[in-house]
Amino acid sequence: MIDLTVNGTQHRVDVSPDMPLLWVLRDELGLTGTKYGCGIAQCGACTVHVEGQAVRSCQLAIGDLSGEVTTIEGLGTPEALHAVQAAWIEHQVAQCGYCQSGQIMQAAALLSVNPAPDDDTIDHAMSANLCRCGTYPRIRAAIHGAAAKLGGA
Amino acid sequence: MAVATIARRGFLIASVAIAGGVAFGTWTVRRPADNPLAKGREPGQATFNAWVRIGPDGIVLITPHVDLGQGTTALQSTLIAEEMDLDPGQFTTDPGRPDGAYWNTALAADAVPFRYTDDSIPAEALRDMARSAFKLIGAQVTGGSSTASDSFDKLRHAGAVARETLKAAAAQKTGTDVADLRTESGAVVLKDGTRIAYTDLAGIAAGIDPVKVTKLRDPSEWRLIGHDVPRLDIPAKSTGALTYGIDLTMEGMVHATCRVNPRKGAGMRGFDASRAEGMPGVLHIVTLENGVAVVATNTWYAMQAMKAVRIDWDTAPYPAEQADHWAEVAASFTEERLDSVWRDDGDIPAALNGGAVIETEYRAPYVAHQPLEPLSALVRVTGDRADLWVGHQMPRFVQQRVAKSTGLPESSVHFHNQYVGGSFGHRLEFENIDRAVEVATALKGVPVKLTFTREEDFAQDFPRQIAMARARGVVKDGKVHALDLGIAAASPSRSQAARLGQSIPGPDNQIVAGAWDVPYRLPHHRVTGYAVPGLSPVSSWRSVGASHAGFFADCALDELIHAAGADPLAERLRLIADPVARKVLEAVGEMSDWGAPLGAGQGRGIAFVASFGVPVAEVVEVTMTDRGIRLDRVFVAADVGRVIDPLNFENLVQGGVIWGLGHAINSEITYSDGAAQQTNYHMAEGLRLYQTPEIIVRGLENGTSVRGIGEPPVPPAAPALANAIFAATGQRIREMPFNRHIAFI
Repeated sequence: MIDLTVNGTQHRVDVSPDMPLLWVLRDELGLTGTKYGCGIAQCGACTVHVEGQAVRSCQLAIGDLSGEVTTIEGLGTPEALHAVQAAWIEHQVAQCGYCQSGQIMQAAALLSVNPAPDDDTIDHAMSANLCRCGTYPRIRAAIHGAAAKLGGA
Repeated sequence: MAVATIARRGFLIASVAIAGGVAFGTWTVRRPADNPLAKGREPGQATFNAWVRIGPDGIVLITPHVDLGQGTTALQSTLIAEEMDLDPGQFTTDPGRPDGAYWNTALAADAVPFRYTDDSIPAEALRDMARSAFKLIGAQVTGGSSTASDSFDKLRHAGAVARETLKAAAAQKTGTDVADLRTESGAVVLKDGTRIAYTDLAGIAAGIDPVKVTKLRDPSEWRLIGHDVPRLDIPAKSTGALTYGIDLTMEGMVHATCRVNPRKGAGMRGFDASRAEGMPGVLHIVTLENGVAVVATNTWYAMQAMKAVRIDWDTAPYPAEQADHWAEVAASFTEERLDSVWRDDGDIPAALNGGAVIETEYRAPYVAHQPLEPLSALVRVTGDRADLWVGHQMPRFVQQRVAKSTGLPESSVHFHNQYVGGSFGHRLEFENIDRAVEVATALKGVPVKLTFTREEDFAQDFPRQIAMARARGVVKDGKVHALDLGIAAASPSRSQAARLGQSIPGPDNQIVAGAWDVPYRLPHHRVTGYAVPGLSPVSSWRSVGASHAGFFADCALDELIHAAGADPLAERLRLIADPVARKVLEAVGEMSDWGAPLGAGQGRGIAFVASFGVPVAEVVEVTMTDRGIRLDRVFVAADVGRVIDPLNFENLVQGGVIWGLGHAINSEITYSDGAAQQTNYHMAEGLRLYQTPEIIVRGLENGTSVRGIGEPPVPPAAPALANAIFAATGQRIREMPFNRHIAFI
């Protein structure tokens, strides 16, 4: 049995310790907002926060997890949006939307350490998150928008 | 003359249509389809047509074009809501069930061997016949950038009929004259201002025949169409709340994954699953027709155990090595493999005889689709029914296919379409569905969710066709005088049709799409298509044939323009023969300030390709840096006749440009030992955010028909980039992916 805290809720799961956090979230806890895209840390769709840091949940064995996990469902809800989510909606970023959970988690982690990132910083922080639909221009704009709302530049 | 031309050209759709007309007679073709919503209607529910259902519990708009991310759900509901006077939030949407009533009225327009600009009597007659064919087979298809054109009139009309019938219901309920009623924001409003919600009229409306509507609203009255209306799916997609097919769960559901021979079409000699059987979470090992599936309590357990299964595969039914694929394409410019000569203006043999002929050769490789949501399917098969929860672009074909494979009647196959995490043509195929049905049939009664690993998704992906072009051209007096373009390609239409158990008797227009029908008037211009048989099966990849043929045609022209010493934009404007396309070129010239000086190492390239009836011009600006080519800015002008959803339009154009640029730069599928060598995104990634240029978009509305924008921005991106690199460096790149020849940042 392995204990973990996700979005403030404690869970106990009976899985192999080498199971990636991604599959604990999706198939054991039913938190499917975190997506499987590549399984090898090439797309970023599975990005969650562990103690506030952006982490690829497909690469983190549940047995190695230490710290509280926040997923897209815990970042904000349709009724109480996180500033990054609000910016994503305001800028109408999503097309298929499948990568956007990971993009938003990555962007939220970026803004938590750098409240006013410039384009180069955004490029650096966000380029490991793949979007096959090509919503990158709006991702850039939404991050600037969220930064402005959060009191950065 | 016209009839002879059609007969000579020959064409699948036309022949199906003619056969259909004979078999069914005129009435069958003309008869309106039955309303599928009328069947399962509950008391108090009203339905006016196949797209609107109202009950005391709310208003449901049916959006049968599946949403792959391109925003079709929002687009379809906007069209209905516009005429029905509904506001966003006053209705829910439902993809509906597979039904012939949802046949695609627009695909026919591009499925005939006439240029998209041709509205002559023979062209329109053949389009009519093709439309009849689509109706007769009840072709419910999302694809070919056809959702906007299929839906524009049809769904506004559906909304208008619902509105007028609800007014009739209100008139009956209140004893007032219909002429004194108006509608607004989901309600009928009486003369005294009293509002009756539509939902309160459902009971009465259910007993009234749908009112006939002959006139739709004038564009000046539109509240939603052409306005910035936010998409309704975006909040859910920004909070992790939207459930894609891969996210579905069900009581008693098991998780599965599979491996099928990566040599497409080849079988399995045998396998050893002894190591997998005892692994954690494993429930079953299922033998498939040409592979193995593992069923487990968690997708990851299934994937781990799958790796432990050893499988002995048969060899590929096509060349094992990539070099042999290319050799086959190169050997296909022959009379024997001639597929079409749909463009033959002037006298090419005479024009090429004697003068200095410029000869060039171009290549476009296989490319994978690889949308970010891996293929999956949730399927439950019992003794008397099958249920499938999965996103697909051709619901009725899924139904027919599964009926066949399970032995159930079609009416017992229940297909539940889902939101899809990208497709780009991937969800026109059936690999995930076929495999999931095999597993679910072996585990009768148990809901099975089968998920491909990304590696399996790459391995099973039917890629974009491989293609090559040979161009010969002549310039004269500073002008382009002659262009003879031969294109050899694997036929995507034939390959797809074969997997549907059909054959295509005539040419495949996708071999030359975007090249043969380009609206230029050259003194001498020939486009010849050659079909390459026997290679890897291929499929529709965002913009299909125009993705290779547009690249070839525009780059070949650009080379001639430079050889003539002409200006790339001015010469294209001189050659363009269609007024709508001309305005697109003029717009992009103005947007990009064409001709203005550029900095050191910078270059500017232009390309024009029309596909799916949409003329698109793009200007790409690049800089040659010490680390390679940097993409600076892209300007795009496209004419779709009517921009229905401006916010989404810009997003789709930008995404299409990024798709076109990214794959042109770094993506290909190559075969070795009969299998794709690329296994995951690190080997075929497209564009990343740091590489993305600024993309400035303008939608024009000069065209006479309403068209879709999902695919048309893709084809001009690669040639505009190649032409820009030439302008910046003097190096001509004639093969995709470009990073085989030049470095990129």
